[in-house]
Amino acid sequence: MEAFALVLAALLTVLCVVFVARPLLRPARSAEGREELDPGEQLRVRALERRDRALAALKELEFDHRTGKVSDEDYRALVGPLRQEAAQALRELQHEDRPEREVKADVHG
Amino acid sequence: MPELGRAALVAALGLIVYAVVAGAYAAWRGRRRLLDSATNALFAAFAAAGVASLVLLAALARNDFSLDYVARLTSRELPTGYTLAAFWSGQEGSLLLWLLVLTGAASVALALNRRLVREVLPWTVAIVGGVALFFAFLLVFIASPFDTQVAPADGAGMNPSLQNPYMIAHPPMLYLGYVGLTIPFAFAMAALASRRVDERWIVVTRRWTLAAWTFLGFGILLGAKWAYEEVGWGGWYAWDPVENAALMPWLVATAFLHSVMVQEKKDMLRVWNVVLVAGAFALSLFGTFLTRSGVISSIHSFTQSSIGPFFLGFIAVVAAFSIVMIVTRLPQLRSKTRMESLLSREAAFLYNNLFLVALALTILWGVIYPLVSEAVRGVAVSVGAPYYDFFAVVFGLPLVLLMGIGPVVAWRRASLHSLVRQLAWPAGVALAVGGLLLAGGAGSSPAGLIGYTLGAFVLTTIVLEFVRGTRARKSIGTAGGGWWSAFSGLVARNRRRYGGYVVHAAIVLLLVGAVGIGGFSSSREARLAPGESTQVGDYRVVYTGSSQERGANAQEVRANLDVYRGEELVGTMQAGKNRYFAEEQTSNEVGIRTDWLRGEDLFVIADRFYGDGSVQLDVIVNPLVNLIWLAGLVFVLGSVVAMWPDAREQRRLAQRFAGEGALARA
Repeated sequence: MEAFALVLAALLTVLCVVFVARPLLRPARSAEGREELDPGEQLRVRALERRDRALAALKELEFDHRTGKVSDEDYRALVGPLRQEAAQALRELQHEDRPEREVKADVHG
Repeated sequence: MPELGRAALVAALGLIVYAVVAGAYAAWRGRRRLLDSATNALFAAFAAAGVASLVLLAALARNDFSLDYVARLTSRELPTGYTLAAFWSGQEGSLLLWLLVLTGAASVALALNRRLVREVLPWTVAIVGGVALFFAFLLVFIASPFDTQVAPADGAGMNPSLQNPYMIAHPPMLYLGYVGLTIPFAFAMAALASRRVDERWIVVTRRWTLAAWTFLGFGILLGAKWAYEEVGWGGWYAWDPVENAALMPWLVATAFLHSVMVQEKKDMLRVWNVVLVAGAFALSLFGTFLTRSGVISSIHSFTQSSIGPFFLGFIAVVAAFSIVMIVTRLPQLRSKTRMESLLSREAAFLYNNLFLVALALTILWGVIYPLVSEAVRGVAVSVGAPYYDFFAVVFGLPLVLLMGIGPVVAWRRASLHSLVRQLAWPAGVALAVGGLLLAGGAGSSPAGLIGYTLGAFVLTTIVLEFVRGTRARKSIGTAGGGWWSAFSGLVARNRRRYGGYVVHAAIVLLLVGAVGIGGFSSSREARLAPGESTQVGDYRVVYTGSSQERGANAQEVRANLDVYRGEELVGTMQAGKNRYFAEEQTSNEVGIRTDWLRGEDLFVIADRFYGDGSVQLDVIVNPLVNLIWLAGLVFVLGSVVAMWPDAREQRRLAQRFAGEGALARA
């Protein structure tokens, strides 16, 4: 029984080593190396987050207004800034091809 | 085959060490192939932990008493279900279960999100591997379930109080909760380490957090059901330190599930959210430490062991690591958005968070104060139920009130006028219910009366939310015109909100049940000879005599009882004691007769059997207690609704993150 257990243990070890080593045996891609954060991509994701957030808030505001949770007066006061936020995020998304220096300044600033 | 079990654990340890080192190096140097290799190492560690688990289960099934673990916890006469459940009823086995569930959960989380941001995954592998490393280290060097000995003729058997069906399900549920909290922790810290503090880690871990929270909550209720049936004192929750150990991370995770919505909607509370995720995880480790170390005296805790200092050291490392990560990333985490009004949904969530965290910290202080007192002053003190009950009321009732107000407050800001209009119906119904209860004599428990009144307030708010929402969707006309399609469309379009309302309803049911048993139960102790009876509430219990029979692994003595309501015989029941052969211990086996229509239990404890044939009975009527268990089912239902995948949301998120590889599954 002990010998059988040792054979199984050795088999388990070999399988694990092969499974773990397999990715290292494939050819390296040219892109291998530390991935620096792409400031432009980061800005794009943030702008998309802002857009999604503003659009979701607008939908929710409309629904809350319809259910009576938000009064007409509150609705009028809130809907304008939300539309501006969504428009601002959409404008940012349309300006993704700005110069890299400008983009980095936005990210770090 | 203990050799195979030991070898599998050593293999798991080696693989996890490799995953941590390779994952960290891949993160530092950006090596994709190394990341894939490190991820594979975690998958393989799961397989190795699985092999070790199968070896232990096989040893339990075969009554292989050459394993010290099997001999300590089982016996030949122990029923098979409990024999297999011994896997997690001892310290070493439960640590193995931790490792198995953790590596399994990590493997699933990594596999589902493999195509997600490349900068976060290597750190996630390293961090989740770091947690797994701790448990693998304990299993290999400190507390191995595969220690061998000369096999005795029979094992020592299992603690009788653990021989209960709920005890088979309760610990794995808690582990799924505890371990599940590792995943959001690992992704949150990895996001900080890689400076990716956008919403990605929240999107990835949202369902993991919900699932872990659901398992933890349901596990707590299963434990309460076990305590109610098995411990036999007539209650369901005793503020035992180990019960509290599971409640604390659940409360903090509850706070996180609310505050994370503020981050998603308003881009606020980003620091607070990572603090909550780290806090919930650290508390889950602390809970495991309390159970495993033997530092506290509890019916749940295991015997004294040597792993306590290791656990404390690891908790300190986790806390220090989390603090360093959060502090060094504060500039990226700070939000530019400000709270617009103290009367808004986000403000309500903030208040809810403050009460939840305050309750968790109060409980934490109650748990650690006796330990601190004994360590510092050498004086043993205990913190009893009155302390916890006081703070549960002080923080709990405002929380219930907020459950009723929060849903009707608009995001950003709400006017007092519209809020008053929205709350008029719930407040009216609540006052009517409170008045009726007062007239019916419920004023004997003021906290209970307030609790029921607030419960009615919350339930009315929830019903109105569904009604108003369905009506609004029907009026939009996109739902096909019918009421049912409007209702289902309403829930399908915002599963988290309406699933959350169902969970709120479950909390109200729990409150009603807890107040019922805590504030309005009645009891009577009586020594009865055969033919004599005792009256409690509407029930008359007649003792007709005792009986004995040999069970699978115990001698079972029972008092046979007839139950009357008025002059009508409504049923029979038994209460008694089991004398376990191998364990040489006696346990109370309470009798419970449930009236589903009233939700109440007739609960009988047979304290003592006398030589003259009489019996000492403790007869209790627990009104509405079954709503607590019903709350557990409603809680799971609400959680499933909230967790259910939303195809529209998946598409939106996939589009958002399309630039960095499609989102595999959120």
